[in-house]
Amino acid sequence: MNKKQKKVLTRIIIASVLMVILVLLPLEDYPLVRFILFMVPYFTVGYDILLKAFKGIKNKQVFDENFLMAIATVGAIALGEYTEGVAVMLFYQIGELFQSYAVGKSRRNISQLMDIRPDFANVMVDGVLEQVDPDDVEIGSEIVVQPGEKIPIDGVVIDGNATLDTAALTGESVPRTAKNGDEVISGCINMSGVLTIRTTKEFGESTASKILDLVENASSKKSKPENFISKFARIYTPVVCYSALALAVIPPVVRLIMGIDPLWTQWVYRALTFLVISCPCALVISIPLTFFAGIGGASRAGVLVKGSNYLDALSRSKIVVMDKTGTLTKGVFEVTKVQAVDISEEELLEMTAMAEAFSNHPISRSLKEAYGKPIDTSLVSDVEEISGHGVKANVSGKVVQVGNEKLMNSIGVQVEDIVEPGTVIHVAIDGKYHGYILISDMLKEHSKEAIIGLKRAGISKTVMLTGDSKKVADLVAADLGLDEVCAELLPGDKVSKVEELLATKTDKEKLIFVGDGINDAPVLSRADIGVAMGALGSDAAIEAADVVLMDDDPSSIVKAIGISKKCMRIVYENIYFAIGIKVACLILGAVGIANMWIAIFADVGVMVLAVLNAIRALSVKKYK
Amino acid sequence: MKKTYKIDVDCANCANKMEEAANNTAGVANAVVNFMALKMSVEFEDGADTKSVMEEVLKNCKKVEDDCEIFL
Repeated sequence: MNKKQKKVLTRIIIASVLMVILVLLPLEDYPLVRFILFMVPYFTVGYDILLKAFKGIKNKQVFDENFLMAIATVGAIALGEYTEGVAVMLFYQIGELFQSYAVGKSRRNISQLMDIRPDFANVMVDGVLEQVDPDDVEIGSEIVVQPGEKIPIDGVVIDGNATLDTAALTGESVPRTAKNGDEVISGCINMSGVLTIRTTKEFGESTASKILDLVENASSKKSKPENFISKFARIYTPVVCYSALALAVIPPVVRLIMGIDPLWTQWVYRALTFLVISCPCALVISIPLTFFAGIGGASRAGVLVKGSNYLDALSRSKIVVMDKTGTLTKGVFEVTKVQAVDISEEELLEMTAMAEAFSNHPISRSLKEAYGKPIDTSLVSDVEEISGHGVKANVSGKVVQVGNEKLMNSIGVQVEDIVEPGTVIHVAIDGKYHGYILISDMLKEHSKEAIIGLKRAGISKTVMLTGDSKKVADLVAADLGLDEVCAELLPGDKVSKVEELLATKTDKEKLIFVGDGINDAPVLSRADIGVAMGALGSDAAIEAADVVLMDDDPSSIVKAIGISKKCMRIVYENIYFAIGIKVACLILGAVGIANMWIAIFADVGVMVLAVLNAIRALSVKKYK
Repeated sequence: MKKTYKIDVDCANCANKMEEAANNTAGVANAVVNFMALKMSVEFEDGADTKSVMEEVLKNCKKVEDDCEIFL
């Protein structure tokens, strides 16, 4: 609790004690003494509310909570209901205190879980390690990260080995290892070993700073329920005030005209009850608090949401469009099959790797990686690259030709038509066919799970877009169980395809596009919700996307949708619950069934319950 | 141009009022108050002098909610 809150708490305690004593004292026979004595706890607990109400009237801002409370309590006291008057003020203050405590608590909670802000960097100056402000470290400086410390700035490891805890960034609990030459990102915690890092970015441009910036500025884009509530509060309070006035005046006047006892006291009391019930605090605080907690909880699970409007949209998503390479597949080419004819598989791979020894093409690299042994390049000569076809080389005296079907045809070697997902590399040695090697982009481990999860989360259509050949795309789509697939697309075609899909759905249903953030910025911004995944270290993606998945696991989309649905459920629960109880109590109050004590529950009780419900959005354990 | 300021305010409704007051200040194109993060981000109209505009914003906010602060 901060100083302000402690002060209010003290006032509440003093006023409560005084009130209990006053209620127990037999003061009925001394009305003036009783009045004066009751004023002591009343002003102790409520002087600031009265002052604010007065200032509000002076500044022509009449209809606010302070005004409601001031009128209600002053009115109750004027009617001689001292206990109730003081109690309303007392409970109102208790409610406010609870609210401010809960808000402060969740603020701290969220900043704690986003506790990735590095406080210092260790820089070697004249052989001595010095702690400096990370803001002062220039690009290319060498910094040292000790075990237990956070990496302050993005960079490349130039010395040392360590395991890194990335949980704060990705929600992933399995530590990563970092060794010489690896890129590391700020915000990770070094768990073992000393790392020396050459920085590649400034502090402000580093991952940790970017993420903090994003999360801290998240709720500046407000969702519909939030805008609804602030508009609602603006209209609601005056309406209730005028209704209360009408309730206090019209029935007695009517009764007076009809010639019966007007019962002024009774109707004024009802009107005051009305005012206490009507206080909009429960709604006004619980809705933004729910979104704040939801966004905070999501970031703990490695899902960064840029605004509460996107949380709302995510919960309504119906179509999920995904990029293939890098999103559903690893985006790394690997040898997945070696089919040798007349020689051993190992020999085939060796010959191929040697023929490709001088090439730096991604396919050559994956061949060499699959071979795995050092290549004696002195055995390779007369290398000839035939563009669009492949490579011809002399390996230990044999002519090795490696390439596609066209190359084989051009040298008069017959090959079968092979239907496999990936790139097929045929190999001929001394003009004789010896088999093929299949290189393909592997599906990510959780891709299939993700598609099943999306279906279960109520997504009606899953679509994959890819620039790849139709053959490969169809195989992948069939394997994963996707609804639709569009292959052989240029980057521009992806935008028009997404636009086509956008036209097929209603306004309320939302379309998500999921990409790895590379080359798909236009699509990310065109979709209702652009989701970039595996965004660690990719600035472009963090900027273009509306939702950023910190890890590159496609099942995180399911997680994000789940969290958004939970959050929105709580939002609507609170809206219906708070408005429902208030309206019910207002009606009961108007007909005289609800007294001041029920009114206090409708005000403070509902607010406390709504706030407690809102805080539930922070918990995301289920989705981890 | 857009700038973000730290603010201090006690209740969510007061934050909404501050937002309205800021939006009604000359020189402000759009202002958003985030109660939970205690931040106000203000988009200024072209050519506006941010400093004097913000002083005006603070004055207007004080009018609607006496107990608020913007850290300029």
